[in-house]
Amino acid sequence: MSQGIRINRGANINLKGEANKLLTEAKPSNTFALKPDNFFGITPRLMVKEGDEVVKGAPVFHAKHDPKILFVSPASGVIKEIRRGAKRKILEIVIQSSDASPAKHSIGALDKMDRAATMEVLLSSGAWPFIKQRPYGILADPQVVPKAIYVSTFSTAPLDVDFQFLLKNNKDDFQIGIDVLNQLVDNPVNLSIDASFSGFFHNIKDVNFIAIKGPHPAGNVSVQMHNHNPINMGENVWEVRPEDVVNIGKLFSSGEFSAQRTIAVAGSSVIYPQYIKTHIGAKISSLTKIAGINNDIQNRYINGDVLSGVSVSDQGYIDFYNNLLTIIPEGNHYRMFGWLPFMDNKIPSLSNTSLSWLFGKKGYDVDTNMNGEERAFVVTGEMEKVFPMDIYPMQLLKACMAGDIEKMEALGIYEVIPEDFGLIDYASTSKIEAQEIIREGIELMIKEVG
Amino acid sequence: MNFLRRKLDDLKRPFGKGQKWERYAPAINAFDTFLFVPNHTTKTGAHIRDAVDLKRTMVTVIIALMPALIYGIYNTGYQYYSQTGEAFTFLDAFIHGSWKIIPMIIVSYVVGLTIEFIFAVYRGHEVNEGYLVTGLLIPMIMPVDIPLWMVAVSVAFAVLIAKEAFGGTGMNILNPALTARAFAFFAYPTYMSGNKVWVSEASSMDGISGETILGTLAAGGNVNYSFFEMFQGSIPGSIAETSAFFVLIGAIILIATGVGSWRIMLGGVIGAAVVGLLFNFWGANALMSFSWVNHLVVGGFAFGLVFMATDPVSGAQTNKGKWIYGLLIGVFCILIRVFNPAYPEGVMLAILLMNVFAPTIDHYVVQGNISKRKKRWVAALKTA
Repeated sequence: MSQGIRINRGANINLKGEANKLLTEAKPSNTFALKPDNFFGITPRLMVKEGDEVVKGAPVFHAKHDPKILFVSPASGVIKEIRRGAKRKILEIVIQSSDASPAKHSIGALDKMDRAATMEVLLSSGAWPFIKQRPYGILADPQVVPKAIYVSTFSTAPLDVDFQFLLKNNKDDFQIGIDVLNQLVDNPVNLSIDASFSGFFHNIKDVNFIAIKGPHPAGNVSVQMHNHNPINMGENVWEVRPEDVVNIGKLFSSGEFSAQRTIAVAGSSVIYPQYIKTHIGAKISSLTKIAGINNDIQNRYINGDVLSGVSVSDQGYIDFYNNLLTIIPEGNHYRMFGWLPFMDNKIPSLSNTSLSWLFGKKGYDVDTNMNGEERAFVVTGEMEKVFPMDIYPMQLLKACMAGDIEKMEALGIYEVIPEDFGLIDYASTSKIEAQEIIREGIELMIKEVG
Repeated sequence: MNFLRRKLDDLKRPFGKGQKWERYAPAINAFDTFLFVPNHTTKTGAHIRDAVDLKRTMVTVIIALMPALIYGIYNTGYQYYSQTGEAFTFLDAFIHGSWKIIPMIIVSYVVGLTIEFIFAVYRGHEVNEGYLVTGLLIPMIMPVDIPLWMVAVSVAFAVLIAKEAFGGTGMNILNPALTARAFAFFAYPTYMSGNKVWVSEASSMDGISGETILGTLAAGGNVNYSFFEMFQGSIPGSIAETSAFFVLIGAIILIATGVGSWRIMLGGVIGAAVVGLLFNFWGANALMSFSWVNHLVVGGFAFGLVFMATDPVSGAQTNKGKWIYGLLIGVFCILIRVFNPAYPEGVMLAILLMNVFAPTIDHYVVQGNISKRKKRWVAALKTA
């Protein structure tokens, strides 16, 4: 079965420094790290202490609210440091890598397993965190049966990866992963594909294809769900990223926890932007050594894309979920009279007060300058232009700021996650921090409604 | 540029965090950010940002106002000289108008910005750019001979009561510029209406009088202007409202840059045209039979619709709401013109009225979205 969806609103921002279709394998990094902050809404309970030896697949911490949700080590090593922040919050668990062999699970044939057995394997092996749920974009709740599972095989964010290329050697494991996910849900997994692509995803069996056409954020799962089968109050929908479908597939085909992560190192500060195969939590310097960075300027390192990623130090580590490491120049410079209309047209703009559309063919050079200061909500209508859902974004943001839970529910908070507001952050004339506001709104929802 | 930047950084040092003039930082920042877009980088949220900001948006509106303002200055002189019968050149007319209007603009900016700066320092937020537009709009919609102190009082009233009392830029319910005009209109009616205020010096020189077209019609008089004169704007009226042509240029700038809402403008034109046409069919008096096309180009309708109704803060905020809001402004404007001879021009009151109702319109539009979602929830529960 296949369905077509056309997204009309949104915008693609064409940036310089897209990763070349070149796949390099990174040497295992000396140290790697797990960051509890990667799992929104999870409070970690440590199961190891500094100096402990962990093998690949051995649990490092579990969720406070559910000890069955395990977070395991992506490679073998010795716990080197547990880095804590304010109020002793755990920031990073840094592990010194070793050669110890990984943990083995004995897993039976998939077609002989029922849902409970499959769930048990996913939970005990530490593969559960690969599955996220809506509402809220938090880890899936093992107690519920979701309405549907979505896998988006493409991303439309600036400089984001081509999963077709990235997973070209993992077709079989992808199919096994889909088969596993199909066990967890009553309807076949929804596999959304870019309507203009023709790759191996078309040959995946037992899925419901959704062909999607349109600009960013068409690749965001929220947008796809909203236009395909919107989430209602009380419903639960799961989401898995393509490479994690492969990781789940590998777990079932090999019996070992798989933490494969192929990272596209991209951005205008990268000398040889390319795809590098490594594992979750790898040290960023192990990748930048291969890709080469222009160090004459001050750079920002972003785990993820420029719209919704998280900044990280150049000595930091790759996050759990992202396939993209973007490196762009910092923008701490002044621009004289830069606020005049049609000034500095090299800066990309969705507004017609700039001629930037003339300069975008080869991609824009961007930096992290705010290009203005934060102001009250004034301009209206600009958010709707980049928000392809039947939701009033400004009204939802205001409801979140006011902490009005009833209104947030009614205006669609269950259907969005912060990343859907990335373009709004970008396009906002008043420099409204929309993603932050939505994140706080969701935190309030989790606290008050659950 | 670097030299200037260094000088500014030196100048700003005493306003820094923990320094003795920290409280007054918003004031110096306003000047600094006028010269330079600051070096702030993104901290949370998206790492890259659009080149557009509120300053750029507001400056675009000011640029769009320029054609109407320049023509308004010329027309002030033109009306004066054509009544006195003196021979005059374009430059004479322009200089006469400048002497009248530039002091009003200066008074409006000095008074308004002073209040804005005081509130920015008092509240500890940056100076918002909104007043750059409001401060220019206020003199543009006043009669030319209004005393400067009345401009000052109206500005102070508008900024204090219409804006800061509600929390400043972005929070106000009424359009501040129209509030200033409405205040002057009701506080000093002899300076704001009648047949002696629309042409410069009319009140002090016997030979000069000038009634607006709508005023003449309301008083039952005959109009001797051609459609072209009304469209071009060589007629008596508030300073910059008379020329539909130059307002149209402004409208094109606003729509092309996406700064002004075309939905509101088009809605307003449709609303006014339809009601005007209906009255033409009725035709019970001079105002009713005044052609609907003429209704669109005389008085402040075009100016109000393009520059005041499209104020995003006081107008409707949803796209559907903008249509309804614009349409109703057009409808009420013509209704007030035709049915209420005490107010020959209806656009000011029509916009202020709809400013008050804009949140209600939005409420129902958003409520429509909410009930759609809730119906979907109920349907999902039934099938589950």
